[in-house]
This record gives sequence, C-alpha cells and structure tokens, in this order.
Amino acid sequence: MGAIPGYVGLLVLLVLIAAAVFADQLAPNAGTQLLLERLDAPTWAGGAHSYLLGSDNLGRDIFLRMIQGARVSLTVGFVGVIVSGGIGITLGLIAGYLGHGWDRVIMRVADVQQAIPVLVLAVAVAAILRPSIVNLIGVLALTTWFTFARVVRADVLSIREMLYVESARVVGANARRIIVRHILPNAAASIIVIATLQVGNLILFEASLSFLGVGVPVTTPTWGRMVFDGLDYVSTAWWIALFPGIAVMITVFATNLVGDWLRDALDPRQREP
Amino acid sequence: MRYILQRLAQGLLVLLGVTTIVFALTFVAGDPVATLAPLEATPEERAAFAHNMGLDRPIPVQYVDFLAHAARGDFGMSYSSHEPAMGEVLDRLPATILLTAAAVLFALVVSVPLGLLAAINHDGWIDVVARFFAFLGQSIPVFLLGVVLIIVFGVELHWLPSSGTGSWKNLVMPAVAVGSFSAAVLARLLRSSLLEVMSQEYIRTAYAKGLRGRVVVVRHALRNAALPFITMLGLQVGFLLSGAVVAETIFAYPGVGRLAVEAISRKDVPVIQSFVVVAAVIVIVANLFVDVVYTRIDPRIRLR
Repeated sequence: MGAIPGYVGLLVLLVLIAAAVFADQLAPNAGTQLLLERLDAPTWAGGAHSYLLGSDNLGRDIFLRMIQGARVSLTVGFVGVIVSGGIGITLGLIAGYLGHGWDRVIMRVADVQQAIPVLVLAVAVAAILRPSIVNLIGVLALTTWFTFARVVRADVLSIREMLYVESARVVGANARRIIVRHILPNAAASIIVIATLQVGNLILFEASLSFLGVGVPVTTPTWGRMVFDGLDYVSTAWWIALFPGIAVMITVFATNLVGDWLRDALDPRQREP
Repeated sequence: MRYILQRLAQGLLVLLGVTTIVFALTFVAGDPVATLAPLEATPEERAAFAHNMGLDRPIPVQYVDFLAHAARGDFGMSYSSHEPAMGEVLDRLPATILLTAAAVLFALVVSVPLGLLAAINHDGWIDVVARFFAFLGQSIPVFLLGVVLIIVFGVELHWLPSSGTGSWKNLVMPAVAVGSFSAAVLARLLRSSLLEVMSQEYIRTAYAKGLRGRVVVVRHALRNAALPFITMLGLQVGFLLSGAVVAETIFAYPGVGRLAVEAISRKDVPVIQSFVVVAAVIVIVANLFVDVVYTRIDPRIRLR
C-alpha cells in the first residue's frame, strides 16, 4: 500500500497518544458512577442522557473510561517494545556477532520460548505475579524478545560478511566499534519495522490479558477489561463491550498501517508485490 | 527418515526446555510457600505445607524430581479439585482441539480462495478488497470479533447459540473468532508467495508450452507456494491456541483455555503448569507434522 494509509495510521496514533498523555485533563471524571443513568445507550442510538458512547452497568461514561484505557494500552505497547527490543536486539547482536556457543544457547532458548504460545506463557506468569503495569511489561518483554533477536541475528550474519565490515576489522576496529558504527545502522531499518509491528502485537496481548483478568489490576480502566465487563450485558447494552473492543482494533490497525508503510519505505526487499 | 528423527530429537529438547520454564514458574513470585499456602496459615502450618509439597528440599533436587514426574505426565494434584492436574487438562483437551481444528478449517476455507483470487487479479479490485480484509483481520482482537458475532448472530438474528457446547452450531462463532487472524495472515502470505512464484522462469515456460492459465496456477504456482504457506500454518498453531483461551472465555466453551483461566483465578499452579506443557506439546507436534509434510512435497528436503 502507498504512503497515504501510512500517514492516516500515523495521524490516528498521534491522536491516541495525545488522548493517553492528557487523559487526566480530558477525562477527569471517568470513575464517576451515576447509578441512575446506568446502561444508557449512546446519544445517537436513543440514549436518554448525553453519553457519546453510552454508560456502563455502574453508570460510568464509556467514552471517558476509554480515554483512560488508552493510557494503559499505549504505555504497555510502547514501553513494552522498548524493553522487549532492548533485550532482543542485544541478544541478537551477541548471537549473530559472537556466534559459536553464544549463538547456540540464545537460539535454543528462543526455540523453547517459541514453542509456548505467547499468550499462554504470559497468562501463566502474569497470573502468578502480582498484577501491575510494570510486571505486565516485564512479562510481555520476556515472552516476545525473540522476535527481535531472530531478525537482528539474521541481519548481523549477512552484514558481518560485507566488505566494509571486513575493512573496518582490517584497520583495527574492535568488536564494539564495528557493532555500533557498522552493524547497528545497517540493521536499523528492519529493527524499526519490527518494532512498529510489535507495538500493535503487544497492545493486542495486553488487551487479551486484561480481558482475561490477568496483568493490570482489574479496577484500572483498560480496553480489554471493559470488553469483559460488558459481556454480561451484551444482549441488552451492546455498547459496553463493543466500543472498547473497537478502540483496540483501531489502534492495532493504525500501528499495522504505519508498520507496513515503514517496511515499504525502509526495507524494500520485504515489500509485498 | 534421518531428517524426521533429527527433528523429533530437537522437539524433545525443546520440550525439556519448556518443562524447565514451567518448573521455574513456581518460583517467579518469589517464595512459592507464600504464594501457595493459605494466607491465614501459621508459621508451623507453612513449614508443614512446605515439607508436604517437598518445597523444603534444595532446588536442584526439586528440579530433578519435577522432571522425573513430568516425564510420566505427573504434574501434581490440582489444589482445588485434588485430582491429578494433567488429567483435568487432558479431559478438557478434546473440546479445545475440536475448536482449533474448526478454526484451522475456517482459516483455510477463507485464505486459499482469497489469496488465489487476489494473486490472479493482481492489482485489480478483488486484490484491493482482499488485501483490505486481510489487513483488517490481522488487527481485530479475538474478543472484539466474538462480541460482534454474538451481537449480530446470537442476539439480533438468533441464528447461533452464544454459549455452551453440544452441537456444531456452538462451534461456528468461536471458530470464526479464533481463525480470522490466521485466515488473514495466510491469505496475505499465499498471495505474495504466488505472485513471487508466478514471476519465475518455469512459470513463463509453462505458459509458453501453451498450458492454460488455470493449469499453470494450480499445478505449478500453487505447488511451489505451498511450502511457505504450510510453514506459516504451523506457526499459526500457537496463535490459534492463544485465541482459543480468549474465545472459550467469551463463549463459555468448556475447553482447556477456560479451565486455565479458572485455575489462574484460584492460583492453581499444577493445572496452569500442565496447561502450558500441553500447549507447548501441541505446538511442537504441529511443527513436526509440518516437517513431515515438507518431505512429502519437496523431495530436496527428503534427500538432504
């Protein structure tokens, strides 16, 4: 796809980031319960009160809670990718550049982790740990680092054999200099692309974990948990479960658009025909 | 045959690693006694609990013991039902396998025609529409699709039951919710690998021989695009199982995923451990199966 969908995705993401950053200013009353106005439909769907996206079973404004929920999703998505990428890139560099025993050990560990579905492992670990955003980010980083490690390792293996790396080595550059000055800049394109796509994946994982009630404390407004809370009312008050779910989809869709656009622009070898 | 044996050995090694991670799960939260013993337990009761569970032994001893039991499929008793934990998981497994198989079927039925049509009509309107839906399918969380299906087909149209099990009708919505992501991924992959294959020399040769378009696509292009497709299908098994956990919760479907979620709220560690191991075994077996299929399709691998 061309650049235009990429711009659209970027714009949507910027709006969501702004909502997350200014959530307390935009939605200071997200926790307010008006039991008399509970289960009220959205204004445009015949609601008696003025809720843009309706109210939930406790009479809370769904739109305001969704703004608060953006904070959790985006924090986990972006910070999670930084931590997961930090671990994965470092291990990928070690495996690819140092090779031999390092490569074996790191790649075998990656094989083992790849055999356990990410969500299954994350659910198990998160269930045993105390629920908190920090723990959740840690769990997701520890269960997703290998995506980065594999890509970086593959890149390093091919870049390492390039003539310019060889020349640098001949003139006496040490391993650190070669990695920082020659290998990382050339692996940057694929790292950026993977990182963008992983933001979307982590947001999906976070939402699924919150939906299942593990990860973030269940009282924190998260999109996933809002969908779960709405399940009991889905036959009468469909808006409770539907809109937070759509928020997840829009966010992931936007990051995927940006990721695809970046891949076409930065890493044309991977471009889809 | 040697290739398959090699893969089998690798799979067993991975399984050993998985068991190690599962063993380590007991210790993630710090002192397992603190996590597992009842909150109101006195120090003496805690000590007795630790002794009964064997938690007062050195960790390497516990590890070897754990592996020895795990090799026999013994992961201890469920804390809540006091039945063997693995037995509980295996009891629920057929339901989940049925759901996952239905999801795979759905993914194949959607992705193969979609990928094929998109590739044949490259850059035509079918291609654009197919790519949009594939993109959308990769962004929809299982729970959203589940909710939308329930609202439309359960609540509004009354076509399908929103929860439970017993009839094929119960399987439709969960399978669609779980399989859509894979359908999207597979359709995209099939399309792009078909397009790549069709730009190869031997396809041009096939056309030059005067073969009709359909014959070329089915006999030559599809066959060669099958390898990456099957690899990706194998990789999807993990995602499908993850999706099943979510879908079983939405549709109150009595599979292992729902059991695991219930076990999690009770901190029933042996059941959670058994669940992780079973999920890993399924992924490993699926990938072994992919390797076997490989050797059937591509003689180069068989001869290596």
